Amino acid sequence: MSESESAAQPQPEQQAVGESSTAPSRRAVLGWGGAGFALGAAAAGGAVSAFGSGPDMVSAASSGASVPFHGEHQAGIASAVQDRLHFAAFDVKTKDREELVKLLKEWTVAARLMTAGLPVGEGGFGGLPEAPPDDTGEALGLKASRLTLTIGFGPGLFAKGRFGLEGKRPEALVDLELFPGDNLDPARSGGDLCVQACADDPQVAVHAIRQLARIGFGKVAVRWSQLGFGKTSSTTPDEQTPRNMMGFKDGTRNISGTDKAALDKHVWVGAGDGSDWLTGGSYLVARRIRMNIETWDRTPLQEQEDIFGRDKGEGAPVGKSKEREEPFLKAMKPEAHVRLAHPDTNNGATILRRGYSFTDGTDGLGRLDAGLFFLAYQRDVRKGFIPIQRNLAKSDGLNEYIQHVGSAVFAVPPGVRDKDDWWGRTLFA
Amino acid sequence: MRPARLTVIAAASVAAALTAVTGCSQKSDAGGNDAIKVAASDSACDVSKTEFPAGKVQFDVENKGAKVTEVYVLFPDARIVTERENIGPGTKASITAEIKAGEYEIVCKPGMKGDGIKQKVKVTGKGAAEEKRSPEADAAVAAYRAYVVTQAEETLPKAQAFADAVKAGDIEGAKKLYATSRIGWERTEPVAESFGDIDPKVDVREDGLEAGQDLEKDWTGWHRLEKALWADNKIGDREKQLADTLITDLTDWQKKVGQAEITPTSIANGAKELLDEVATGKVTGEEERYSRTDLVDFKANVEGAQKAYELLKPIASKNDPELVKQLDTQFAALNTLLDKYRADQTTYEFTSYDKVGEPERKELSDGVNALAEPLSKLAAAVTK
Repeated sequence: MSESESAAQPQPEQQAVGESSTAPSRRAVLGWGGAGFALGAAAAGGAVSAFGSGPDMVSAASSGASVPFHGEHQAGIASAVQDRLHFAAFDVKTKDREELVKLLKEWTVAARLMTAGLPVGEGGFGGLPEAPPDDTGEALGLKASRLTLTIGFGPGLFAKGRFGLEGKRPEALVDLELFPGDNLDPARSGGDLCVQACADDPQVAVHAIRQLARIGFGKVAVRWSQLGFGKTSSTTPDEQTPRNMMGFKDGTRNISGTDKAALDKHVWVGAGDGSDWLTGGSYLVARRIRMNIETWDRTPLQEQEDIFGRDKGEGAPVGKSKEREEPFLKAMKPEAHVRLAHPDTNNGATILRRGYSFTDGTDGLGRLDAGLFFLAYQRDVRKGFIPIQRNLAKSDGLNEYIQHVGSAVFAVPPGVRDKDDWWGRTLFA
Repeated sequence: MRPARLTVIAAASVAAALTAVTGCSQKSDAGGNDAIKVAASDSACDVSKTEFPAGKVQFDVENKGAKVTEVYVLFPDARIVTERENIGPGTKASITAEIKAGEYEIVCKPGMKGDGIKQKVKVTGKGAAEEKRSPEADAAVAAYRAYVVTQAEETLPKAQAFADAVKAGDIEGAKKLYATSRIGWERTEPVAESFGDIDPKVDVREDGLEAGQDLEKDWTGWHRLEKALWADNKIGDREKQLADTLITDLTDWQKKVGQAEITPTSIANGAKELLDEVATGKVTGEEERYSRTDLVDFKANVEGAQKAYELLKPIASKNDPELVKQLDTQFAALNTLLDKYRADQTTYEFTSYDKVGEPERKELSDGVNALAEPLSKLAAAVTK
């Protein structure tokens, strides 16, 4: 693999944050025993583009590079999927629109710093001994680790009489219906705001959410949050698809982060889509999907493979030998997951998935509290997640082994353009 | 040495050390030649010299009045340098202390009550001068010390009434008096806790005992009685005995309160610590697990924090007006939220915490976070 490819078109901003990636990454050194090419890539490449593609992504993770925060779209959607997730949904507590706007500006400043691998405020130490430091400090000395922070606005924000945004609620930001089999916990659902933090280092992602929550106290309060690991789908098709907690590769046919045409068609909200403020943005559906791990593990291999419509070893669709071969849907059982989720079964409905596995210890019965934290971005929830989930909820063979226990939907604004821009400007300004 | 920047907790050892030094000096002969004579009467407090050199100073006190008196040497912020109680009419007593350059007050309290009769004195000479604090800061510290002392004084009769009910075997009566007997303590908890030995005696919870301690023998204080009243529903000899112990320990606390090391930053951080108490013990319902009177403690903690904040506000307003605005808003918001749980705002009768649902507890927790986070910045705002 060619390391030089990883340094895809550094932009001016990347140079600005290059400070954080000029030093050899500790992990690169550890990982490759100081092999010259790894160090060279980290030093010469600066930040790796969010849209860099191909086999370089492994080295991108190891170099701890930063993903540009500014752009037409928010990072963290089409960007190469990082290893770890900390997702948080917030309730807005303030009733004052100006105070909310101020918070969004403060969050933007903090996000800009943290995604560049820098501490917030006056840093994590060296200040007044009597006062707590501005930065909590657990990410000091760590690389940016490709941290991306992505904000979304929930339906509650547009409620009448709250912030004067009722006229701006996009039609496509629908309240999700209760799908058959749903067992939603209100304490893990909804939220006025969300922030998705993805990074290759869990400490970096956790730090980011912790800082934002801290800055937000009094104005917003964390409603629920979810940690994730082991990305379950990738936006870099040349990489092997990671396995989910059931041991299967799922999400093979995801939209590539470099496929501009597909992104424009299925992910980014277009200029004529109805809500001008959201142009260049997207919609996010988040679902906490609990897996009945123990019963799944007692399921015969053939049944497991039939349920997914793929073989367990290679991940090839039924009747095929390679993971990425085009599936022949009719060869699969009618209730096979791949068959029911496929665009061809859903009038072309396509979503960009960025889900992560989660394991939150065990429940009171000693069962692994694990599953998939499903994150899907799309241009219109009514044409993306909803038809697919209706189809799956009705007859997916997996339903015996999974249950949707948390649910939320958000309108994801366009990217922060430059240092004067802020999250939500197009909605609030 | 008196480092100006200390939290109350950290200061505890300093206060203890000061007391120890004073105690020692009282026994030793400091040499009578340079002693300052203090002539105390029922209406005067005459000092032979109002200006003297720094170092080991001895005060020879003579009570020429008809009442029992006590004599204090106070820092400008009203902290006690040294003191001597119970000086009977016609008797003499000597007090010694290491005193650094600075301004002090000698106070005689005929009858051992009230503000006493004050006499300003000046200590001159070399030695590290007391770090100069602004008059506003001294005023805030003096006022906070007065608050803490008053809280302790007002707590004792309430605790006594509670103890009396326990001793009378009156379970229902004791239950009614329990929560309010704790308010003064809860309002000033960070200072109260700075006397490390008192807190474990009066406010420890069942799970707070250390390894090797015996639940029957070593668990004392309010929560032990709380369990007897609400969980066991009985008062035995042991409980009656513990009621007396509680009063003894609280009397000890009241005596010591004046000696606490208090600085503007320790007041500020103490206010934040009160909110921490709420966040870790009250919101979770751990504190009053039998009586379910957690919201009374909650309110008292907030009141204590607010008092501390109000006293520092003149300083903080100059340095960080934005923070002051935020704190005013959040104190008001949290108090409004708490008022939802009492029908009558003139009493401390709050909803039993087991009747407060999970969403409401989350709301209270959010309110505490909203206040505690900016409150953690108050120390910086009074230090600038």
